[in-house]
Amino acid sequence: MQTSSTGAAGVPAPGRIGRVSRVDGIHDLGGMQGFGAVDHSPAEPVFHEPWEGRARVLLEAVSGAVQASGGETRHSIERMDPGHYLTSSYYEHWLTAAATLAVEHGLVSREELEARAGGRFPLSGPVQAPPVADAGPGPGEPRFAPGDRVRVREWHPPGHTRCPRYIRGKEGVVVRLDGTYSVPDVEAHSTARRYEATYSVRFDAASLWRDGQRGVWVHVDLWDSYLERA
Amino acid sequence: MSGDAHHPAPMAPVEHRAAALEALLTERGLVPDGFIEEITRRYETEIGPMNGAKVVARAWTDPAYRQRLLADGTAAIAELGFGGPEGHHMVVVANTPAAHNVIVCTLCSCYPWPVLGLPPAWYKDPPYRARMVRDPRTLLAEMGCELPGDVEIRVWDSSAEVRYLVLPQRPAGTEGMSEAELAGLVTRDSMIGVARL
Repeated sequence: MQTSSTGAAGVPAPGRIGRVSRVDGIHDLGGMQGFGAVDHSPAEPVFHEPWEGRARVLLEAVSGAVQASGGETRHSIERMDPGHYLTSSYYEHWLTAAATLAVEHGLVSREELEARAGGRFPLSGPVQAPPVADAGPGPGEPRFAPGDRVRVREWHPPGHTRCPRYIRGKEGVVVRLDGTYSVPDVEAHSTARRYEATYSVRFDAASLWRDGQRGVWVHVDLWDSYLERA
Repeated sequence: MSGDAHHPAPMAPVEHRAAALEALLTERGLVPDGFIEEITRRYETEIGPMNGAKVVARAWTDPAYRQRLLADGTAAIAELGFGGPEGHHMVVVANTPAAHNVIVCTLCSCYPWPVLGLPPAWYKDPPYRARMVRDPRTLLAEMGCELPGDVEIRVWDSSAEVRYLVLPQRPAGTEGMSEAELAGLVTRDSMIGVARL
């Protein structure tokens, strides 16, 4: 397995292009085709069924009990079986994630869950990424400023990331510098933390999709190490 | 019913799975009594788009507030008493006659809870998340928001810590209305950006 392009922090080393290509989660939906119409309703109940509210609160309770970071919690949804993910509602994702974290952290066993539920209780798949032992040094000051042209690193990490697939390798312009936040790619796989600036980066939709649409700008919020100077 | 590799046992119904996990966690003391009911009640009665509507109506009637809102969304929204989880880093994007804004979260379901409440199901489902970054003009039209061809579209994919709120344009003919009456005109969809007022 070629991993030399991945730094100690689990984020790509500056200036290199990732070669690891194993897992791009089913959750990374931006730009995928074939889904059809949005089942839009102008108003709807907050919870359609009582179990939805319970599932929502259970994920928060489990995440709190095992002190899961936001990255680890999100990744427990992203590791769902793709077929199950696409055929279940959002709160079923939350329920599956809550049960997965509860089993992985030893709060309950899968056997107990299935016995109580009276049938199969699908959980998310195992973590594929190696643990991040060393978060590495933060990059210090933000490397970019509004107006800078940047390119998104083209890499496909085996673990959690908040860099959507549809902008990888694409060029855009920084339009806003935000605060400094914990890098999700690190916190999902470690108790260590690495903090970096985030930016809003503007992409011309025509350059993302090569389809000639005009006057459409897509903005994506990205951590410093996802980017390189264009 | 037992299962094997070729014929796995049927999946338990989702409400049975939720009840099973809740029961096991409650036995271990991890779900305090009444916790679920309290959280559910808050999102059903206190936190929702009626909060965002007040922010929008204030921005329509108070130019200084509008300026503060666009400069520092989090602080200006806090002036009206709104804040909390998924609202710690707010950016407000204003529609103009020449530009229309719309928010999406392609990776999950990020949404500004303190001002809009919890997201609707369609916002979290694959079609919206897949299509809004690919061909927003067509999708908006399908959802009833047809924009003139010369109106620029700005899509905001909330992929990091910022959460967005769209500031719609104030409708014509509302000059005599009070702030409370104006708030009544502001819909959830107009603050997501899938509708114009």
